[in-house]
Amino acid sequence: METEKYNNTPQEPTISLTVNGQMHTLKVEPWVSLLDALRDHLQLTGTKKGCDHGQCGACTVLVDGKRINACMTLAIMRDGAEITTVEGLSQGQDLHPLQQAFIDHDAFQCGYCTPGQLCSAIGLMQEGKAKTLAEVQDLMSGNICRCAAYSNINAAICEVMGIENRGGSL
Amino acid sequence: MKSGYIGAAVNRVDGYLKVRGEAKYAAEYQAEQLCYGVVVSSSIAKGKIKTLDASKALALDGVLQVFSHENRTSLPWFDRSYKDEDQPPGSPFRPFYSNEIQFNMQPIALVVAESFELARYAATLIDVEYKAVDFNADFLNSQEKAYEAKKGKSGWKPPKSRGNASKALKHADVLVEATYFHPAEHHNPLELHASTVVVEADDTFTVYDKTQGVFNSQQYLMNIFGLSKAEVHVKAPYIGGAFGSGLRPQYQLFMAFMAAKALKRSVRVVLTRQQMFSFGHRPMTTQQLSLAASSKGKLVGIKHEAIAETSQFEEYTENVVNWSGMLYDCPDVDLSYKLLKLDTYTPLDMRAPGGATGVYAFEAAIDELACKAGVDPLQFRLLNYAEQEQNEKLPFSSKELKACYAIAADKFGWARRNPIPGQLREGDNLLGVGMATGVWEAQQQQVMAKAKLSPDGQLVVSCGTADIGTGTYTVMSQIAAETLGLPIEDVSFLLGDSDLPMAPLQGGSWTASSVGPAVLSVCEGLKEKLLKEAAGLPHSGFKGAKVEEVLFKDGMLCLKGDPSVQLSIAALMKQRNLAILEHQTASMPDPKQSQYGKYTHSAVFVEVKVDAELGNVQVSRVVVAVAAGRILNPKTARSQVLGGVVWGISMALEEESVMDKQYGRFINHDLAEYHVAVNADVHDIEVIFVEEEDDVINPLGVKGLGEIGIVGVPAAISNAIYNATGKRLRALPFTLDKLLE
Repeated sequence: METEKYNNTPQEPTISLTVNGQMHTLKVEPWVSLLDALRDHLQLTGTKKGCDHGQCGACTVLVDGKRINACMTLAIMRDGAEITTVEGLSQGQDLHPLQQAFIDHDAFQCGYCTPGQLCSAIGLMQEGKAKTLAEVQDLMSGNICRCAAYSNINAAICEVMGIENRGGSL
Repeated sequence: MKSGYIGAAVNRVDGYLKVRGEAKYAAEYQAEQLCYGVVVSSSIAKGKIKTLDASKALALDGVLQVFSHENRTSLPWFDRSYKDEDQPPGSPFRPFYSNEIQFNMQPIALVVAESFELARYAATLIDVEYKAVDFNADFLNSQEKAYEAKKGKSGWKPPKSRGNASKALKHADVLVEATYFHPAEHHNPLELHASTVVVEADDTFTVYDKTQGVFNSQQYLMNIFGLSKAEVHVKAPYIGGAFGSGLRPQYQLFMAFMAAKALKRSVRVVLTRQQMFSFGHRPMTTQQLSLAASSKGKLVGIKHEAIAETSQFEEYTENVVNWSGMLYDCPDVDLSYKLLKLDTYTPLDMRAPGGATGVYAFEAAIDELACKAGVDPLQFRLLNYAEQEQNEKLPFSSKELKACYAIAADKFGWARRNPIPGQLREGDNLLGVGMATGVWEAQQQQVMAKAKLSPDGQLVVSCGTADIGTGTYTVMSQIAAETLGLPIEDVSFLLGDSDLPMAPLQGGSWTASSVGPAVLSVCEGLKEKLLKEAAGLPHSGFKGAKVEEVLFKDGMLCLKGDPSVQLSIAALMKQRNLAILEHQTASMPDPKQSQYGKYTHSAVFVEVKVDAELGNVQVSRVVVAVAAGRILNPKTARSQVLGGVVWGISMALEEESVMDKQYGRFINHDLAEYHVAVNADVHDIEVIFVEEEDDVINPLGVKGLGEIGIVGVPAAISNAIYNATGKRLRALPFTLDKLLE
């Protein structure tokens, strides 16, 4: 019975996603997450999978300017959306100021959470809620960094946002 | 050596790729006709698989195969074929070997399909019937089954007792006796364990694996599948954290490889976060400590007994109690380390294995003893300071721990501490301060490295080591650039490839102190070769010059005694008609090292705020001073220690893998239920590196920093909680329920 159910599902719907300014038309089964669509269908592996359950933040991307966990949404639910991933943050070879600040403040070690941290922090800036270091910390707590570069991540974000960072760094 | 790049706060050389999402991890390599494997895990802890019915899965269009013990390819019989570089004594787990279940969540099948989603769905259709038998996963209620560990894995030292501790404890002025508990913890690197096995056109295999040692994975596959080095290449240029989880080949490697070989198609297998709790963890440990001191605070007796879990099939060992024998000057010491076999998977080295566990309990007990004796805990440690290594009675190669204490205490403001607990209040919070000592071994391993210089002055140095986020790429580029006097932009360092010169696993805090000397040595060798070529040029002026008489700077060779004699590397290679200049060396520890105790030390001071009503703990401030020999890069070094300190906070307050004794499974097996420190948990942390010269440890004087950051932190937090509240918590993690009791 299960077999039938699988085989009787509708044809793969065609959706369009504008990713980093480029329009992609792709056929995806309804159960493909946005994260897997980005990584496996569009080969945009900059966006990371750390839990697939919305618990770690490694897959954070910007959808229509808002930060979301790409593992917690299906690709077909985002038909027609504008998506920015880590690959879309630079202008050609020129880094986004936050990317440069991450390098300068050593805001990562293994680098696996970094794309999610960057997209999340850019989402945070666009939200306009964080005015202090403590607010940055609270609003960045959905992005786990197991290497624990948090102090340096905060230094980078605070520098770009012009927020005083009492934590200090090199 | 004149300091240029070495010791400079150079930005990570792999930073540009990492912030652009261009650094590729094991699950991110593409291949033609790549298919996807999803692992099915056992739902029982012990017994046998009676039937495994894959027919519903196989009936789906696009499901290629379901691998299990029933249809696996032929596998070797002997344990030695499954050995790896980090293997404890025993009989290693062999995936798919038989229908026997040895632990809960044991991988029992791999479903391979054309898409990830199909494989994931098909994996839910595998019907398994088990014959379950009784098992034991109850650590605390089977302590009487513990036995003295007799043999251990590489690096394990049987604890050595000395004097007569029982007598000393009996007659002491001040005595502390306490039992400490440490739960199981899981590494949880953010990258899921994954392997992509690519079948190449010539039928060889390129394996992208999440590993801390490419040679370890390569040898494992060669032994099991009967292949030659030329047939299996393992690559791991970027690793999304590991902390020990990549020290042994994990089962996704075996499974992806078996599937690729059988199907003759490239296969990727990625574990789920839940499955990341099915292999290897820091073991649950109980520790009984009895410490005795004179009324003036002189340590007179130490008794430290630990019981740690292991599996039924391997004897995993750590150095848990040894630290208590080496840290302080004490004549009578009784140490014991026991193992207790459970029906769970074998524990696995996790950041500062043994040290994080043992030093936590010991340094918490030392605080109890100091407070009971009425001696300031810092003063107590100075009173009992060990001028030589106490277990082996060897001189230290270097030990600037006193400077660590002094500098960190001063920065922290330790002098303002109120010795009476529970006196300081700030709003709803009780404030307290605590301190502890940290220690870890400094080791050097044998490593090979290769260097290639091209006429355009580009230098490529290579070694099959790893960079799990530690900064290997960066510090090795710094050493090479400085040694040959090249701009760092002209230097590339290659790692994480089994075709490169041999290196040991990345672990034990020994990468900088082992690969560093190899890079130094190979670049020194290239200098000799360059000078020989220069001396061979007619009228170059370098004839007869010794290498120490020549300055290598800005891509030039220049006589120190006569700066007018100079030659660029590019001109030299052109004139000598050299397309490439190459050198390879092995570097190994000097035998004289065995006459010394070699350790990294730290002094950790913390302030905590404990909500008086709610019991939640915040670590509001940490000052840590580290003596780790020469610091190659203060920026990446600081980050490593910061990370270690946060691991210590996380260990003290949050991390616990909860074993459901009824099912034999870790029940909080995801990142919602297994808590790790997040951004808002981390407050002011100050990292100080104390100057420490060491000409024994290796030619660079580097000790390594991977583990030292965590050691000492949980004890300092425990001691600060006592100072804040008057409560002695002796079971990690210090969650609010324990403070409300």
